[in-house]
Amino acid sequence: MGKKLLIHNDKVPGIATLDVYRQHGGYASVEKALKTMTPNDVLEEVKKSGLRGRGGAGFPTGMKWSFLARPEGVERYLVCNADESEPGTFKDRYLMEVIPHALIEGMITSSYALGAKTSYIYIRGEYFYVARIVEKAIDEAYAAGLLGKNILGTDFSHDCYVQVGGGAYICGEETALLESLEGKRGNPRIKPPFPAVAGVWGCPTVVNNVETIAAVCPIINMGGDEYAKIGIGRSTGTKLISASGHINKPGVYEIELGLPVEEFIYSEEYCGGIINGRKLKAVVAGGSSVPILPAELILKNDKGEPRLMSYESLSEGGFATGTMLGSGGFIVYDETTSIVKNLYTFARFYHHESCGQCSPCREGTGWMEKILHRIVEGHGKPSDIDLLWDIQRKIEGNTICPLGDAAAWPVASAIRHFRAEFEEYINHPERIKDVKHYYSVHQLAGA
Amino acid sequence: MAQVEIKFNEETLALVHKMIKRYPEGKHKSALLPILHIAQAEFGGWLSPETMDYVASILNIKPIEVYEVASFYSMYNLKPVGKCLLEVCRTSSCWTRGAEDVVKHLEKKLGIKEGETTKDGMFTIKTVECLGSCGTAPMLQCGASYHENLTLEKVDKIVEDYRAAGKQRSYTDMDYKNTL
Ligand SMILES: Cc1cc2nc3c(=O)[nH]c(=O)nc-3n(C[C@H](O)[C@H](O)[C@H](O)COP(=O)(O)O)c2cc1C
Ligand code: SF4
Ligand code: FES
Repeated sequence: MGKKLLIHNDKVPGIATLDVYRQHGGYASVEKALKTMTPNDVLEEVKKSGLRGRGGAGFPTGMKWSFLARPEGVERYLVCNADESEPGTFKDRYLMEVIPHALIEGMITSSYALGAKTSYIYIRGEYFYVARIVEKAIDEAYAAGLLGKNILGTDFSHDCYVQVGGGAYICGEETALLESLEGKRGNPRIKPPFPAVAGVWGCPTVVNNVETIAAVCPIINMGGDEYAKIGIGRSTGTKLISASGHINKPGVYEIELGLPVEEFIYSEEYCGGIINGRKLKAVVAGGSSVPILPAELILKNDKGEPRLMSYESLSEGGFATGTMLGSGGFIVYDETTSIVKNLYTFARFYHHESCGQCSPCREGTGWMEKILHRIVEGHGKPSDIDLLWDIQRKIEGNTICPLGDAAAWPVASAIRHFRAEFEEYINHPERIKDVKHYYSVHQLAGA
Repeated sequence: MAQVEIKFNEETLALVHKMIKRYPEGKHKSALLPILHIAQAEFGGWLSPETMDYVASILNIKPIEVYEVASFYSMYNLKPVGKCLLEVCRTSSCWTRGAEDVVKHLEKKLGIKEGETTKDGMFTIKTVECLGSCGTAPMLQCGASYHENLTLEKVDKIVEDYRAAGKQRSYTDMDYKNTL
């Protein structure tokens, strides 16, 4: 059994309340940091821990924090990215819903390190009830003197607020999020300047994912060096994985980085294998944006070595044979799944969510959706596969924000690994006409 | 539909002013998204031009600043919707576990197509993108409530329950005076 640092107490009754959370060691990192460490000490521990951003990009958190500009007399802000809209990802929701104080604790300790007097937690609007849980936790923290003026009798004062979004995947992109926090449309900004220099209201800002911020607590409690011993190589620590699709036990699992993918899918401790004992066909390992891999490439890399749940192992082989850890949104597809139809749901998603600022993304996502639609409807043309390939190539790398790339990669990888299936759709539409490509709710209820 | 007066009551106004205080001096526009949620909930489940103009006046910003935001985000309804907006997720994880069946079943049961509202103004069906409930797929959202691990029987029950309650379900229906 791997180490757990974030949700090890998730089954403790009442853990969402401040009292129970503190009885189980909650807010120790705030005590320790504010009373015995300088802000710079906290930053150094986070650097030593090797923690990498859990929102998708995997950028080293300590380094990101050290880039924060600190001009005299200008406010600095910490903004928590709780927009969580990447298909397949629901870990932040679980953490905030079950142990909201883990996030608040991390917000206080992190804000202390950054010298931020105010922080915001930007939660996607659909998670309204989650925002309510987090707000309750914030109220409790204020009442206990953990937020507000002179926290725990120290010189450090801090305010933390929740802001709800309006329903837009693009607001997960950090500069779009900041625009949205300012009450505007979620159009990503051109970088540079980076948020570390000019973020919300033009002030230096750090944007971090919910899980990243929560991970700061165990890092401060155990020390960065100890944290760095957990995990494997440069993938230090633990990671929350949201598992969904055709598995027996969908849910949120905390794994120690380095766990073999095969064990994650098949062991009873995690996904519990494929439903109805069917065969594994493919996996999207890190949220909809990362390349889909067929069973043989997700279980083993191109050298035949077991693939591990780590930043490095999952990306081994580049996009030719590898993928990415991404947000940890792990979607499993069994042998009955139509990769083409599934890809259509992704293409439709990206088209719907493109903010429309850049032509390659706005037009390209629309075209990809349209072409895939005609293919799944049985009206595809033989030239459509190359056309799709061409469109995704023209989007990738040619846009303001990475949503364009995120829309291109699923298309590229599906064609790369499952070209024959596209050809089948196009050349034999009669064969696919009456086939259901997914489980019906009845089948599942009985399963 | 009964004409609603486009004006927050005292209590709601106090909440709005409290929300504005969360942002630095002069940055009150930041409160626009949460206030639009409240306005939508209070004034019939959608944002009419009058409602948006009213929100602009409260925040002392130009109406166009409200329109451009309201039209960008998918949770703001710019046309009237039923009292219960049934939003069914259609993205990959839900699709693999029968989301299409859920939509078809709802369409048949309510006698309307996706995107339409029942004649009695009670239900609207809408398909939406991933709501972060992939591990409990298929799912639908109605107001602030998530309905997960759906079966067709569960869908029937949800519809019956809402019909019996007869109330408007909005994102802010859960005790929002203390939230947002
Ligand atoms: C289109 C798009 C959507 C994103 N969505 C999210 C999201 O929902 N949550 C998140 O934490 N990061 C998301 N990101 C990544 C953020 O831009 C940013 O890298 C992250 O919040 C940084 O936090 P971290 O370093 O702690 O991971 C998204 C990026 C893109 C391009
Ligand atoms: S890549 Fe797409 S989502 Fe990103 S800024 Fe351009 S149009 Fe908007
Ligand atoms: S795919 Fe439906 S909630 Fe995520």
